[in-house]
Amino acid sequence: MAEIALRHVTKRYGSTVALSDLSMTVPDGAFVVLLGPTGAGKTTLLRLVSGLEAPDAGDVLIGGQRVNGMTPAQRNLAMVFQQYSLYPHMTVRENLAFPLRSPLLRTPPAEIARKVNEVAAMLQITHKLDNEATALSGGEMQRVSIGRALVRQPAAYLMDEPLSSLDAKLRADLRVELKSIQGQSGATFLYVTHDQVEAMTMSTNVGVLDRGRLVQFGTPREVYEQPVNVYVATRLGQPRINVLPAALFGGAPPGAVSIGLRPEQIVQGEGEASFVTRVEHLGDQTRLHLSFRDHDIVTITDAHTPLCAGDMVKIRPERPHHFDAAGDLIA
Amino acid sequence: MSAHSVTAASRKAKWVAGILVVLYAVLTLLPLLWIISTSFKSGPDSISYPPKVFFQPTLEGYVNLFTTQARASAEDLATLTPPEAWYDEIAWADGMIIVGPSRFGQRFLNSVIIGFGSTFLSIVLGTLSAYAFSRFRVPLRDDLLFFILSTRMMPPIVVAIPIFLMFRSLGLSDTHAGMILLYTAVNLSLAVWLLKGFIDEIPRDYEEAALIDGYTRFQAFVKVVLPQAATGIASTAIFCLIFAWNEYAFAVLLTSGNAQTAPPFIPTILSVGGGIDWPAVAAAATLFLLPVVVFTILLRKHLLRGITFGAVRR
Repeated sequence: MAEIALRHVTKRYGSTVALSDLSMTVPDGAFVVLLGPTGAGKTTLLRLVSGLEAPDAGDVLIGGQRVNGMTPAQRNLAMVFQQYSLYPHMTVRENLAFPLRSPLLRTPPAEIARKVNEVAAMLQITHKLDNEATALSGGEMQRVSIGRALVRQPAAYLMDEPLSSLDAKLRADLRVELKSIQGQSGATFLYVTHDQVEAMTMSTNVGVLDRGRLVQFGTPREVYEQPVNVYVATRLGQPRINVLPAALFGGAPPGAVSIGLRPEQIVQGEGEASFVTRVEHLGDQTRLHLSFRDHDIVTITDAHTPLCAGDMVKIRPERPHHFDAAGDLIA
Repeated sequence: MSAHSVTAASRKAKWVAGILVVLYAVLTLLPLLWIISTSFKSGPDSISYPPKVFFQPTLEGYVNLFTTQARASAEDLATLTPPEAWYDEIAWADGMIIVGPSRFGQRFLNSVIIGFGSTFLSIVLGTLSAYAFSRFRVPLRDDLLFFILSTRMMPPIVVAIPIFLMFRSLGLSDTHAGMILLYTAVNLSLAVWLLKGFIDEIPRDYEEAALIDGYTRFQAFVKVVLPQAATGIASTAIFCLIFAWNEYAFAVLLTSGNAQTAPPFIPTILSVGGGIDWPAVAAAATLFLLPVVVFTILLRKHLLRGITFGAVRR
């Protein structure tokens, strides 16, 4: 269990800059979720920490020790790959046992069997243990790939979208499971995801990446409630934050160019008139698409709303975010 | 994984395909059958016209191949005690006495040592360099690869004279080590290029997973890359063995006794004594075929398994 730190790390692939002067500290025992669109540098960051790639500039520290020249094995990290990377010539059992058999660990056979069975039971793949790794469904492969990381007690776990191929129920189960592993073992997690529920529920800290830069780092609440700019604000929240011209509603502070409204920042039933263009019933919530002075707004309303397209709804912004011309939050 | 849409062949198409396969098999296997059957014929049967399809099989050809014999007159034979061993009896019946083993066994053994030795070396060196070319940033990589390939652009025999002189001054002439070295040098370019193609097809992801799982680069290579390159290694090994096994020109030039392989030796059987001993020649050819056939059959499992598509999401 260790703290992971990046100090002014830059990584280029040819002429494209994957990470630029990035500094970040993942505290010991933290569960840090990295958010950002494809190409933001999330996977590159994991690969630099793991030692699969070397930074062009800057340092990577694990437990306070500079690890730049170290091989992945010496860094003692476990990683779940986005593309699974199961060993195709081995069975599921052999895949899970492979890290334990490494020359670094040399686990006794009885211990291997115990750990493999334990992890397989947790991931609900016990019945598949003797299958070839290639004869699995995508979701099963992904679970084996998670299992291969969990059989060890490394300095930290690196996970690249580990739950992306699982069905909703399994994903919910494993979210809880991973979180409780982290709670019990005090392990450090660096976790890449697109899923905002994962980001909000599992993380102790969220890091938002944009084109190779760390834009914001904080608790999920901070990042959600005080996004430093429009880009961060749009990363979290379902439905997405509505970004509208600041002049649309009155009372904008000087310098404000746009206004950000999350559904909970839109009070319905008072204020100015808008028209319902569409109603989406999602079951537990209902999304309301509104047209307000030729601008589209998406918000949430009562699950059993009688509203339908063409109806008039009054809306009023409440404690909205204001952003300046550069997109930065005006405090 | 992409799904190939293959329409089921019609009954008629299957029949036509079947007949073509059988015809092709007959065409290619007939000469082999001829050689094998001749090796079991007696001398007169082997040259009878029209050729005999049914005949009394005998091991005469094989006995003649493996032994040196002396002709004995009827009076001499009468003075000797009748032979006990089955091979002595076969020679006896022809009025011959076996005086010792021929050199065929030793030449055949030379072929096995040199053929398999150079194949093994080509595969070991070829796999390691193919892996390096495939995975690492080797300086002047493309130039080096082209240079390696260029050694194959002329027939090797063009450089026979320099090699002959080099071998003589290095003391490699007529040695096993010299022949293994030479065949390895010739085969290596093929091995590197073939194996690089196979290793390029194996995603790096597996090795990366192994590196994270606590293995060194070399351990990852042995435990993860090699098993997946088995198909490529098996087929490359077969190509290398076939070349080294069948090579004639260098063997004639560089070997004479100690390290002489079977290909230059077999034709010498043709010119022993008066007539040509066709059954012995056929026996030599039959035995010469066996190792490559056996080797290919042993590696068949790996050849048929094909390239694993693997458990990497693309």
